[in-house]
Amino acid sequence: MRMTRAIGRYWLAAYALLFMLFLYLPVLLISVFAFNNSAVPAFPLAGFTTKWFGTLAGTVPIHQAAWNSLKVALFTAAMSTVLGICVARAATRYAFRGKQMIKGVIMAPLILPEIIVAVSLLIMMLRLGLELSLVTVAAGHVLFCLPYSISVLVAGFDGFDRSLEEASTDLGETAFGTFWRVTLPMMMPSIISSLLVAFTVSFDEFILAFFLGGTSPTLPVYMFAQLRFAAKLPAVLALGTVILVVSILLLIVAETYRHRAERRVKFEGN
Amino acid sequence: MSSHAMIEVRDVTKRYGAFTALDMVSVDIREGEFFSLLGPSGCGKTTLLRMIGGFDSLSSGEIRIGGNSMQDVPANRRPTNMVFQSYAIFPHLDVAKNVAYGLKRQRLGATEEKRRVDEALAQVSLGHLRGRMASQLSGGQRQRVALARALVMRPKVLLLDEPLSALDKKLREQMQVELRRLQQSVGITFVLVTHDQYEALAMSDRVAVMFGGQIKQVAAPQEIYQRPATRQVADFLGGMNFVDAKIGQVEGNQVSVETAAFGILKVQTPANGMPGAGKAVLGIRPERIRVLWEGETAKDVIAGTVIERHYFGEVTHLIVQTGEGHAPLTVSETNDFGADDIPVGTKINLAYDRDAFVLMSE
Repeated sequence: MRMTRAIGRYWLAAYALLFMLFLYLPVLLISVFAFNNSAVPAFPLAGFTTKWFGTLAGTVPIHQAAWNSLKVALFTAAMSTVLGICVARAATRYAFRGKQMIKGVIMAPLILPEIIVAVSLLIMMLRLGLELSLVTVAAGHVLFCLPYSISVLVAGFDGFDRSLEEASTDLGETAFGTFWRVTLPMMMPSIISSLLVAFTVSFDEFILAFFLGGTSPTLPVYMFAQLRFAAKLPAVLALGTVILVVSILLLIVAETYRHRAERRVKFEGN
Repeated sequence: MSSHAMIEVRDVTKRYGAFTALDMVSVDIREGEFFSLLGPSGCGKTTLLRMIGGFDSLSSGEIRIGGNSMQDVPANRRPTNMVFQSYAIFPHLDVAKNVAYGLKRQRLGATEEKRRVDEALAQVSLGHLRGRMASQLSGGQRQRVALARALVMRPKVLLLDEPLSALDKKLREQMQVELRRLQQSVGITFVLVTHDQYEALAMSDRVAVMFGGQIKQVAAPQEIYQRPATRQVADFLGGMNFVDAKIGQVEGNQVSVETAAFGILKVQTPANGMPGAGKAVLGIRPERIRVLWEGETAKDVIAGTVIERHYFGEVTHLIVQTGEGHAPLTVSETNDFGADDIPVGTKINLAYDRDAFVLMSE
């Protein structure tokens, strides 16, 4: 019995270790090769260099693509969070005819194959005579990110004590004032989570950006295009490393802030 | 307290689909009085309170506060403030900011606002906790914050939705006294919703007892306890011995009733008026009957046998069978003289007061 348990524990640890390696080793390798003094990403390593980061700093189209992605992701995060707040509030507060169906329709992009969504959006936008640009990418991304935002926000609104809003009204506050002074601060942890999720999903989204981007590539689209040229690979690896570091920093900052906001509004019960 | 009506409720009805939560309720609540809505859960008392505060709409009828119709007045513009059952303390604000919440809109200036907040916190003895967050407060402290936050608005009417139900017994009794004291010192109208009859009796100037969406009786605590208008009201407010009686002649507000156990009695007509034939019941509270000890005499005595004994600390309830075919009588006797030592099966004499019988509607 003791023996089996020990073996079980051993295997569990080994499994966990393998899982972590499989998950993070490729990501780690990107950072390693980004500092490797060779155009070919292969072992043995050819010595330490930071020249690929220099190349990166000197390649203007990369900056343009990064800036495109940032604009789209910021707009998408803000837009899907604002729309998500409206949906989440309606879904948790009001009972209306067809509520379940509407919820289902809004959440559909989450399970529909993305390529289908992308192709149908492309056809629709061309039919409407819209010019493909970052605007069309952002529109597609809002559609795609909204379900993520809604999931996060509905969970937040569900645990919200309605009598807090009634108390605010009772103390003379208007509906808008109540939303601004009570609902919004109480929802802050969920709002931060929603912004973060939508930003991340939009930032590295490829298929919609590829179909709807026209001549303005976002970062993933640009990186994919560069992969055709072997000589450009090290700079792409350097770019990947930068994105990795920035993502981790962003996550830490957002989590800290969210955690603080959550502690502020958390009740410990009676 | 004046006799001027602060709140006038007229023929108020509330329907949710086929269910009628309030059924043609009318009542006047006076300026400066401590008024309680008492009843079991689902009787409509909370709905009525929320209507006065502006949180629930009326299906029909009218509510006036201070002489003004509240028809189209939303909750944020009514001269009422509410202490919610959950207290609804804003968790993202500290105690002082919670109390100042409603004042912010009035733009009083920092000095005046602080003075008002300090005054309200002092009223509920919470001055020392002004910087605490809600999560750092006990249930009793949260309740005081909710009170201060409402009182600082200087409402004409303070509405309290079961404010003591979440507190433990000892704290609840202490808060009953404090709430009563607070009401008398600020002098505004308090409307309290409760399902606890002792709470209502201990704190109120007047009590309205509600059942099934209707107010069955409105009266001062003593009156409502001693002269309940209906069997339901009597039952809800404590023990009552119901006695089989034949209703005889009505003369003015006096009725003669004939009982098997107590003979012919003269009693007052019920508080809500004399009901139709067969719709009146006679009763006497268990504490209005007492054990007649050896050597004692009394004007009115009935003999019986103790068939059950229940000990409650300060009092003992004896269940006494008085005669063949009579309903057993419950007698509540203090334990000073040894009522808790009377064995089951003992033959005893009971003394009763003929004036303690009360006639009620069925």
